Order: sequence, then structure tokens, then C-alpha cells
Amino acid sequence: MAAVLFYIFATIMIGSACVVIFARNPVHSVLFLILAFCNGAGLFLLAGAEFLAMILIVVYVGAVAVLFLFVVMMLDVDFAELKQGFAKHLPLGLGVGVVVMVELGLIAIGWQSAPNASYAAASPMVANVSNTAALGQILYTKYAVFFEASAMVLLTAMIGAIVLTLHHRPNVKRQKISDQNARTRDNVIEIKKVPFRTGV
Amino acid sequence: MPFLSEIFQHFLPETILAVGVMALLLIGAWRGDKGFALVDELAVALLGLAIISIVLSVKPDRSVFDGAFMDDAFARFMKVLSLGAALVSILLSVDYLRRAGLEKFEYPILIILSTLGMMLLISADNLIAFYLGLELMSLALYVMAAFAREDGRSSEAGLKYFVLGALSSGMMLYGASLLYGFAGTVAFSGIANAVSASAPIGVVFGLVFVMAGLAFKMSAAPFHMWTPDVYEGAPTPVTAFFASAAKAAAVAVTVRIVITAFPGADQQWRQIIVFLAIASTLLGSFAAIGQTNIKRLMAYSSIGHMGFALIGLAAGNEIGIRGVAIYLAIYLVMTLGAFAAILAMRVDGKSVENISDLAGLSRTNGLMAFFLAMLMFSLAGIPPLAGFFAKYYVLLAAVDAGLYPLAVVGVLASAVAAFYYLRVVKIMYFDEPAPNFDPSPLAVRAVLALSTISLLVFWIYPTPVMDAASVAAKSLF
Repeated sequence: MAAVLFYIFATIMIGSACVVIFARNPVHSVLFLILAFCNGAGLFLLAGAEFLAMILIVVYVGAVAVLFLFVVMMLDVDFAELKQGFAKHLPLGLGVGVVVMVELGLIAIGWQSAPNASYAAASPMVANVSNTAALGQILYTKYAVFFEASAMVLLTAMIGAIVLTLHHRPNVKRQKISDQNARTRDNVIEIKKVPFRTGV
Repeated sequence: MPFLSEIFQHFLPETILAVGVMALLLIGAWRGDKGFALVDELAVALLGLAIISIVLSVKPDRSVFDGAFMDDAFARFMKVLSLGAALVSILLSVDYLRRAGLEKFEYPILIILSTLGMMLLISADNLIAFYLGLELMSLALYVMAAFAREDGRSSEAGLKYFVLGALSSGMMLYGASLLYGFAGTVAFSGIANAVSASAPIGVVFGLVFVMAGLAFKMSAAPFHMWTPDVYEGAPTPVTAFFASAAKAAAVAVTVRIVITAFPGADQQWRQIIVFLAIASTLLGSFAAIGQTNIKRLMAYSSIGHMGFALIGLAAGNEIGIRGVAIYLAIYLVMTLGAFAAILAMRVDGKSVENISDLAGLSRTNGLMAFFLAMLMFSLAGIPPLAGFFAKYYVLLAAVDAGLYPLAVVGVLASAVAAFYYLRVVKIMYFDEPAPNFDPSPLAVRAVLALSTISLLVFWIYPTPVMDAASVAAKSLF
């Protein structure tokens, strides 16, 4: 059963990854990217990594892919023009690709992990502890300092985004909620007695 | 199980900065940009406090946080350098930012966050801490490069630095993942154990990628492409910070990684470092010859100087690391002095950056011309100025380790580089005067004068720096 599921997820994932590259419409590319992510999450579930599966959906599908979709829709990028030189540069690109493939192949032949590496490898998971619980147990104890450091990185990103994009334009009328709330019937409504047949 | 207070003794300077920067952020958010002066002064105080907490500490070397964070003499030496450079960069920036209309309280906060990243980086004892420190440092630097966002060149600098920096981070992460996969651990000592007998090809592969990313951060050739554009485009005080503190941290972590994680693969990393050193020294000396903009000149000069620092690292022994430490200390003083001089180049309220604007400075502002001339002599490595001793100790280490070709290339490149440094001196002393410079603020004049004087008197009393560097180098072996 697991094997059947694996092949289903894997086939759809590879297929949709190919469509991402070959689709003419960039919006279709992003949608197929989301499909690829979802199938990737399925593969993680099969491998028993339910936390990674969740994160893949939440972070990549929920945030990153949606961001891509926004960028693709909001920026006026002419993808037809970008692809114009594709045929012309294809031989060069293929050549570089083949060289890299051959090099990687040569390395793969001589592949071996360090002799003492197996001693240092992590021990297998204890049964009955879920991935998420296990991660939580070390993330807030052994790796607390990294957790804090990541928080500082995110703080920096936030400050940076604000510094670089927040404009205070002086001549813009803004909503002032305190002023709105401070309005009472007495100070905004004026009752005028309009004389009969003369108007204001 | 050690007590938390015991651990935090080793983490005190970082704690000071991390807690302090959040307090500053609150002050800034409360007062708005009116609070710039206050935040700026408090930032200087924080950095000063962190330096004092390092200098006064008498703790044994120790790795804390489960081997994530190494507090040793080498880390303390490099941290003092980075913190000092950050402090001076803030002092130099005040007047410039005010005139450029960039008085935003986020500026000192970003400097402190970046410095915090540098400190994590310098102390990193495993790959995760290393990467987090590096990103914290770089992210703040990207923003600072684009800080003058109304200025097209500054935005361009920020964008270029960000795109290329992200690429280099990607390469480095790939390398780190290979290292983890093949060594089975992220700890530097664990990697050292795993590759003690022989270094499998996968580890070497990872090492190459990590080195490429690090070479980008310290702008060693052939990963230097971004340097001249970013240095030219970024606001000058930011450039000063890039050229000083950021480089010190990048070199420090490179030294720590190759020395503590790859003693078993010294043949492999030495090849890389020797190549980087030769390429950087040559490029730094030849490419700078045609420059007319003094910030671009300093960019190429810094590439060359990184090459020299790497010559010391290539030796890979205690003398070599001592050379690197001394080199960085002297390089920081020279660079900050030179950037103080560049900040003083201001005609009719506008910054000027061409070397020709310095023409005839000896007649219009004799003292500044003298200081800048001494800085140039020192950068060129002419005795008895400190720059000579910096080069002397790294070349000595290279010869000691039997790397004669490297030492020869270093000496030749230094001779070529002397040409463009001396050309600046010639323009200042023998050309027809250009328009007078405006009077410069006290902080700029003080940094210029103090850096020059310390370079001049280094040979009389070098002991403090030499001793600290020796202790620092010893702690790594």
C-alpha cells in the first residue's frame, strides 16, 4: 500500500514539477508548483515525517507559493520575451548541464562518508514520541540559543522592511481614530432655526 | 549541569547587545526620529559596555550552549575588534546622516544587530550557530547598504549586495548540508573527528562550497565582484562599517572553521586559501590602479588586504594565526582612519569622492594631508608604520610554513599596490589645489588623528596588540 502511494505521489510530483518549467502561463506554473509541494508533503507523511509535511504545506503552500502568485500577477513580466533566446542558448546550456552531470557522476562513484561519521550520527527515534514533540523537546532546551538567534534574525528582517519601505508623506489625509471617537453630538451638530420662506 | 548564570558569564557581551538593542528599539519607536541622537548615544554606550565586559573578563576558555558557542581568547580578540569598529562607525556616521537627511533611529539599531550577528559568528562552534550569526550580520548589512533609499546608487548597492549575498548564502548552506551529511554532526569538533583520518570527497565538496560563501563575505577574489559597486553606492559610514567590522568577523570565522573543523584536511583547505590569497592580492593591487573614485579605491584596497590576511591563514600554524590577528587589528585602524578622511571630504556641504578632489590638500589643509599621507604609507606597508608590521608577520608565517611562492607573490603585489597609495600622496602634495574642504566634525577629526597616531607609534609599543594576538592564536590550537 505504502509503495503504491509512494509511486502515485512521486509521479504526480515529478509530473507537476515538469509542468512548472514548461507551462506557458506563469500562473499555471505557480499552481502546479503548489501541486508539487502538496505531493511532496504526501511523501514526507509516508516517510513518517509528519512535522515536515505540515510545515511544507503551511510555509511553502500557504506563504511562499501565494507570494509567488502575487509577484507573478502584480509584476508585468513578459515571459514570452524572456523565453525568446531559449532555443539559441539551448546548446550552451545543455553543454554546461552535461559537464556538471558528468562531474557529479564522477564524484558519486568515489562517494563514501567519513570513516568515523557513523559514531556521530543521531540515534534513532524513540517509539511513541511524535516528530513534533521530539523537535519541541530539543528546540527549547538544547537549541534554545539558536531559537533566540533566529528570533533576532526575524526582528532584523522586520526592521529592515520597515526602514526601506515606510514612507511618511506629509500631505496625505489620514484617518484619526481618536478624533473620530472624540466626536459627540454636541460639538459637531449645529441646529439652526430656518426662518419660514427665506432659507438659510 | 552548569548553572545558567555560569553560562551567561560567557555570553555576557551578546546578552548586553541583544537586550540593549531591544530597549533601544522601544525608545526609538516611542520617540520617533526625534530620538535619533539619544538612540545613537545609547548605542555607543552599549557597544562600549560590551567591549568593557570582554576586556575585563577573566574567564577560562569554554564552550557553552551544548557546544554551540565558543568563548575563547581568539573569539574575545576578534569581538573586541568588531565591536570597536562598530563603535567608531557609529561615531563617524552622526554628522553624515544628519546632513544627508537620514537621521533615522534604526541606523544605530541595525549596526548593533549586525554586530550581534558578528559576535555569534566569531564564537560559532557549530554549523547552525555559524549560519545564524552570518545571516543576522548580513541581513542588517543589506538593509544598511540601501539605507539612503532616495539615492539610486544606494538602492542599487543594497540590491546587488542582497542578491549576490543570498546566492552565496545558498552555496554555503549547500556546503554545510554536505558537511553534515558526511560527517554526521554539525559540531566543528565532531567534523574534525570525522575527517581526522582521511577526508572523503563529499566533505571536501562541502568545504569548497562553504569556503566560496565565506570568500564572498570577506570579498576575497574571485568572489569580490560586488565589492566596488557596493562600497561606492552605500552611504560612506556604512561602507566604513562594511570594510572594517564585517571583514574582521568573516575572516575570524574562516580561521575558526579551517583550524578547528578541518585540521585533518589541511591539504585541501590550504589549496583553496592559497588560491584566494594569491588572486586577492593580485587583483587588489592591479585593479585599483585605474580607479578615480576613492571609495572604489578603498574597495580594491580591502580586497588586497584580505588577500594578505589569508596569506597568514594559509600558513595554518600558530604564528600564521597570530599574523592574521595582528593584521586585522592594524587593518581596521587603517581602514577606519581612511574612511574618516573620506568623510571629511566635503565641499560646499556636499560630499566629494574623487581622488582629484584631494589635489593640493597639503596647502589647503596641511594637517589632514599629513594624516592621510601617513595612512596611505601605512596601507602600502612602508616601515616603520604599523602597516609594515602587519604584512611582515603574515609573510613571516608564510615563509616559516614553507609557502615561498605565496610570500613572493605577496611582496610583489604589495610593491604594485604601493603605486596607487603613493599616487594619492603625490596628488595631495604636488598637484594644483582643488577647492577647500568644509570644516569637518570633531568625531571625524578625532578618529583620523587617533588612528594615524596609533599607526605611527605602533613600533614603539606594540606589546599589547602582540600579546593579545599571541594568546588568541594559542587558544585555537
